[in-house]
Amino acid sequence: MPAVSAEDWRNGGFGLYVHWPFCQAKCPYCDFNSHVSREIDQTAWVRDYLSELRRTAAETPGRVLNAIFFGGGTPSLMAPETVAAVIDAARSHWPFANDIEITLEANPGSVEAGRFAGYRDAGVNRISMGVQALNDADLRRLGRIHTVAEARAAFDIARACFDRVSFDLIYARQEQNLADWQAELRQALSMAVDHLSLYQLTIEQGTAFGDRYNAGKLRGLPDDDLAADMYFATQEICEAAGLPAYEVSNHARPGAESRHNLIYWHYGDYIGIGPGAHGRISIAGQRFATECHRAPGLWTQAVAVGSGESVRTVLSPQDQANEYLMMGMRLKEGLDMGRFAALYGAPLPAERMDYLSDLGMIEVDGNRLMVTEDGWPILNAIIRELLAG
Amino acid sequence: MTELSHIRNFSIVAHIDHGKSTLADRLIQETGTVQDRDMKEQLLDAMDIERERGITIKANTVRLDYKADDGETYILNLIDTPGHVDFAYEVSRSMRAVEGSLLVVDSTQGVEAQTLANVYQAIDADHDIVPVFNKIDLPASDVSRVAEQVEDVIGIDASGAIAVSAKTGQGIHEVLESIVAHLPAPKGERDAPLKAMLVDSWYDAYLGVIVLVRIMDGVLKKGERIKMMSNGSVHHVDRIGVFRPQMQPVDELGPGEIGFLTASIKQVRDTRVGDTITHEKKGCETPLPGFKPAQPVVFCGLFPVDSAEFEDLRDAIEKLALNDASFSYEMETSAALGFGFRCGFLGLLHLEVIRDRIEREYNIELITTAPSVVYHIYMKDGTMQELHNPADMPDLTYVDHLEEPRIKATILVPDEYLGDVLKLCQDRRGLQEDLSYAGPRAMVVYDLPLNEVVFDFYDRLKSVTKGYASFDYQMMGYRQDNLVKMQILVNDEPVDALSVMVHRDRAELRGRAMVEKLKDLIPRHMFKIPIQAAIGGKVIARETLSALRKDVTAKCYGGDATRKRKLLEKQKAGKKKMRQFGKVEIPQEAFISALKMDS
Repeated sequence: MPAVSAEDWRNGGFGLYVHWPFCQAKCPYCDFNSHVSREIDQTAWVRDYLSELRRTAAETPGRVLNAIFFGGGTPSLMAPETVAAVIDAARSHWPFANDIEITLEANPGSVEAGRFAGYRDAGVNRISMGVQALNDADLRRLGRIHTVAEARAAFDIARACFDRVSFDLIYARQEQNLADWQAELRQALSMAVDHLSLYQLTIEQGTAFGDRYNAGKLRGLPDDDLAADMYFATQEICEAAGLPAYEVSNHARPGAESRHNLIYWHYGDYIGIGPGAHGRISIAGQRFATECHRAPGLWTQAVAVGSGESVRTVLSPQDQANEYLMMGMRLKEGLDMGRFAALYGAPLPAERMDYLSDLGMIEVDGNRLMVTEDGWPILNAIIRELLAG
Repeated sequence: MTELSHIRNFSIVAHIDHGKSTLADRLIQETGTVQDRDMKEQLLDAMDIERERGITIKANTVRLDYKADDGETYILNLIDTPGHVDFAYEVSRSMRAVEGSLLVVDSTQGVEAQTLANVYQAIDADHDIVPVFNKIDLPASDVSRVAEQVEDVIGIDASGAIAVSAKTGQGIHEVLESIVAHLPAPKGERDAPLKAMLVDSWYDAYLGVIVLVRIMDGVLKKGERIKMMSNGSVHHVDRIGVFRPQMQPVDELGPGEIGFLTASIKQVRDTRVGDTITHEKKGCETPLPGFKPAQPVVFCGLFPVDSAEFEDLRDAIEKLALNDASFSYEMETSAALGFGFRCGFLGLLHLEVIRDRIEREYNIELITTAPSVVYHIYMKDGTMQELHNPADMPDLTYVDHLEEPRIKATILVPDEYLGDVLKLCQDRRGLQEDLSYAGPRAMVVYDLPLNEVVFDFYDRLKSVTKGYASFDYQMMGYRQDNLVKMQILVNDEPVDALSVMVHRDRAELRGRAMVEKLKDLIPRHMFKIPIQAAIGGKVIARETLSALRKDVTAKCYGGDATRKRKLLEKQKAGKKKMRQFGKVEIPQEAFISALKMDS
């Protein structure tokens, strides 16, 4: 028997992810687990979330909770009372860290903005808004139901309610050129509080965009060269504005990084509840990948008979090492090579490291391995060189 | 034994899809040789590949007992011959083993190039020929047009032609009657020394090598000692019999009969098609004419995708070679592809069949390098060397000149595609020899370098004629030409497996096409990669594959970990299948696809 790798959960922190699976409308680029439903019984959802919290808390006693994240779907469709009930229940199960971060993803519409104060009173201390674009034509193309004016109004309300506000933009969109994006990004930075997520549009299979792309009908997407130029321009502009990248697509004023997301990239433990939510938990020397039923109806039924979980897999040392590599390399601070070696039972391949470092794609600083600025846009190619197995 | 007057031996000549196998099935059924409940489609095509492609690779035979309208019972021996030019020699031997042929023509299609090539073999063998026009159940059937074509193009009398539908069974009885009435009985002397032709042979796991023979003179019995006249080897006959179509033992085989023998022969290699078999003692004096050993004309490298499977590949190739005397192999080492084998084949179909069998029956994934013909290199010292692999091309300072094999290609094509066909042949360095019309179709005869045909000529021909052309060829010997070896350099290093022999005048064009193709086939790396074509030290074409600019996952959060990890791991496994060449990884398909020409 090879030694079981029993990593301390404290290495990466401990978080709770709560998935709210409903949207008012499905966006054509989104491959997240979301459903459109008119009738939502919030009390039933509270009952189910609380049941799942009891189940998962029983497996993870004595841990300090560093962060909670309400994701979706569109969590800003949740009643503030629902959010409050989940936060209160979580507090009753795990002691909260003094600096606990509680984020809720919000759609930047006027109706949602009306609930922001309620969320703040429930305990939410950070809002992440899906603004996506700062011009109406592109918002419509992305299938968004809000306008730029609505987004700006919602954003002002968010700033008034919360100290910490982030928003998302999607770039490398159809027919977008470098100058368009640079102008839009500068405008975004003039609004930004302390955090920005800037994602290049990715065509995912199984989405409306994916179908149109496969049919050759999604035209005007930038080629890889333009996309790379846009990426570099993004780094430069954000850095100059005091919001450098701390992760591939995330920018923050120093200290304002998303603590919940850092748990993922630090390869910490996180509990995932709600339809389709994933988790990683270390119990008794083993690390498990968990997954809940995706369909809301199925999930509810499963919760009623004891557990919403549909999959629980033991991660092998190699799986863990590769997940740590894939997540950790996304961070500017890089990854701890000693921790990789401890997880896998062998160090990173020296010959591949030399190859990548000769090409100027990675750099080593003591025990840390980091991707260089040139390496970031081709991170997947770098990770493939280093993957264990 | 059967009276010679009550035996008829025949083969069926047809183009692919004209219904040869279905007709054979009907004849077997009509004579009650196989019970209806045991019938399955295309009874005689035993190999999967034969059934799938509708082609016959090995000669098959079946003995039918037929009670004719005259009240007499006849033995009809049908030999189903291979129908492809790669096996032209085997076809010629099968033809010599029978006295007549049924010429099957699809009455909705007409005569095709392959029909011509095979019917000429039958005419060469002095066959009496009964034309059979098939598929008369289809609305597009036009028997009188096809009859006219057979007379005009092939030049045989079509007045005795029989219209049939092998599908419905219509006309099958008439075919059987015509075989009895119009095909000659075999000749032979029962009392003469044994003289039998080895028509074909194959390996059976239980019985060893099974030899298909036609007795010309004398009588063959179980327990006798026989001699192969080509090499003098002697064997003890353990069983003889006939195919109905399964094996049925008989006491003896006499003149005019066709059957099998087994003699504990371990390797098919020891049984050469066309050889003469006689008794060890009191044998015949002279062998049958026309025997020649198999000569491979196309060579290519076969390498295992997974280099750990080299020994498995060796094993598979050795086993296949035991069963196929026309297939040759020797070990080859390639800097790009590692250890593999340089294999020789009778032609492209033969190559594909062997490759398919290795992949399917032995479950080994293969990289096949570009097929090459055999060049004759005349050295300055007056000697001649055969070149099977461009990578082995000797230093030019010692070379006087090169010769390449040429073929005579016959193409039949509807006239609206004639221009495209002529252009294709001209582009491939063809010299036109003949152009005539057979009804609405043109018949084009070209003298072409085999080198220009082995690779993708047939694919291109099908593509420019939307599948309406038919094509056949025969080898015509060697001719001198201005041929050079072109190398491909990837990231400044020559890739031996991509070296090709080309005509000097076409080198730039081919070189340009290859580097452009490779630029698309090789994935972007983290650095830019020059791809060059060169003759000697001189670069004649160059492309640069620019460095990878973008490959990053925009969003990767907790819910993405499993899926994204698996995706990256799968991509990494895909990378492992590529061939590392210096710092560059080249996908397997590049070694073949780079050579395909689009025009």
